[in-house]
Amino acid sequence: MRTRAPRTDGNLRVMDGNKAAAWGVLLCRPDLLASYPISPQTPLLEQLYKFRAEGRLDAETVEVEGENSALSAAVGAVAAGGRAFTATSSMGLMFMYDAYLYASGQRVPVVMTVATREQCAPHTVSSGQQDIMLVKEGGWIQLITESCQEILDSILVAYRLAEDPTIQLPINVCYDGYYLSHLSEPVRVPTQEAVDRFLAAVGVGKRPVLSTDAPLSFGAFVLGELYAEYRYKHCQAMQRALDLVAALDGEFEAAFGRPWGGSIETYRAEDAEVLLVGTGSACGTLKVAIDRMRAEGLAAGLARIRMFRPFPRRRLAELMRGRRAVGVLDRSVCFGWNAGHLYVDVRATAADLDARIPLVNFVGGLAGADLRRELLEDAVRTTVARGRGEPGPEVVWLGLG
Amino acid sequence: MRFRSPFEGAWADPDSMLVVRTGDWRLERPVVREARCSHCGVCWLWCPNNCIRDLGTHFSADLTYCKGCGVCARVCPAAAIVMREEDGA
Repeated sequence: MRTRAPRTDGNLRVMDGNKAAAWGVLLCRPDLLASYPISPQTPLLEQLYKFRAEGRLDAETVEVEGENSALSAAVGAVAAGGRAFTATSSMGLMFMYDAYLYASGQRVPVVMTVATREQCAPHTVSSGQQDIMLVKEGGWIQLITESCQEILDSILVAYRLAEDPTIQLPINVCYDGYYLSHLSEPVRVPTQEAVDRFLAAVGVGKRPVLSTDAPLSFGAFVLGELYAEYRYKHCQAMQRALDLVAALDGEFEAAFGRPWGGSIETYRAEDAEVLLVGTGSACGTLKVAIDRMRAEGLAAGLARIRMFRPFPRRRLAELMRGRRAVGVLDRSVCFGWNAGHLYVDVRATAADLDARIPLVNFVGGLAGADLRRELLEDAVRTTVARGRGEPGPEVVWLGLG
Repeated sequence: MRFRSPFEGAWADPDSMLVVRTGDWRLERPVVREARCSHCGVCWLWCPNNCIRDLGTHFSADLTYCKGCGVCARVCPAAAIVMREEDGA
C-alpha cells in the first residue's frame, strides 16, 4: 500500500472555528491550558482536552473555578517561562477583567481566544462584538478574524508576535461567536515541523522569567515616573507590533505557503470611490454586497481591520485618502458616542487626512441579528449617496424601522 | 530616552533601586540590644518585609526597607529589640 506524502503546507480538513482554534493551539505546543466553559467557546476547550486525552497535547491543565482564575493561572505559567493558552466569551471576559489588565500591564505574552458574544443585559447568548470592544483599551493586542482558516493562522501569528522579545504583550484572537465558532469550513492544517520552525525565533530564554537561579521580583510595586516609564514602554511596544506584523506576514508565507494578510485586508479597494470599513465574519457578506453593487456601477471597496489593537491608523488613513465617502460597519455599540466602536476609531483616523470625507456608520448584527446581503447593499448605496452630497443621519441602525 | 528599568514590564531585581524604599514610611525603628540578642533568628523568621539581616553574632533590620511595623520586637523571646520613635535624623 502506498501512503501519500503529507503536503508541506499541511492537510485540508473540514472543521468549525472552535476546532480550528484548537488545532492552532495544539500546533503551538502550550505548556498550560486553563479555561472555564462558556458558550460559544466551550467546544474549543473540549477539543483541547480531547487532544490531551489522546496523548497529542503534552500540557498541564488547571481546572479553574472561573475565568478570573483561568487567566491568572495562565499569567503565572507564562511568568514561570511556559507557554499558556486560555479562551473565553462575553461575561467570562468581563469576569477576568482585573486579571486582563494585569496580564497586559505586567507584559505577559499569553494568548487567549475570544469567541465573541453579545453582553447582557438584555439577557442573550448570541453573536456580537460588544465583549471585545469593551476591553479594547486594556493594553492587549487584538486580532479579529473572518474565517476558520484565519482563526488557526492567527493563533500561530499570535504566539510568534506575543513572545517576540521586542513585544512581550498578551494577544486576543477574536472570532465571531456562532458565525465562526460553529461554522464548518475547509481549513488547511500546517505540519508540526513548519509551525516549529515558524516559532523557533521565540520561546524560553528570550524574556525575563521566574527562576531560583536568578531571582527576580514579578509584579513589583511601582510609583510615579517609573510607572510612567512602563506605560510609555507599553505604548511603544504596541506600535512596534504594527511594524512587526507587516514583517511577520512574509515569514508566515515563507513557512506555510500562503499569506496571513497583515493588519488590514483590502477587497476591490484600489479603484473604489467609496470605502467600507469592517471587521470579522460580516465582511464576507459585505464583499458579496460590494460585488453586486459594482455590477450596478457603484465603485465600492472594503478595508477589513484584522489587527484592531493596536489600531492600524497610518495604513487606514492611506486607504481612506481620496475616497468620496467612508462607511463603517459595527456589530457593537459605543454608548458614549452614540455610534459603533470601530466608527469612533475611523472618525479619529479621518483627522489625519487633509480633506474632509463624509463618514457614515452602520450599526447592526447585534445579538445575532442577521446582516442580510440586502441590508449591506443598502449600506453601500447609502455610502455612495453620502459621497454625492446627499444628507442623512451619521449613524444608521440596520434593520431598525 | 533614558530608562530606569532594564525590563519591559514591572520585573525587578529585589536588591535594586527599582523597588520602593519602604523604609521611608517608618515612624518607629527597631533597635537591637546586641548584648541581649541570643542570635535565635525568630525576628528573621517573622519579619513580613524580609529585611532582617544576619550579622553573624546578632540580627539587625535593614532600615532601607524596614517599615517599622514592630513585629520583630513583639516576637523576640529575649526582649532584645525595642522600638524607638524616628526623630527625622
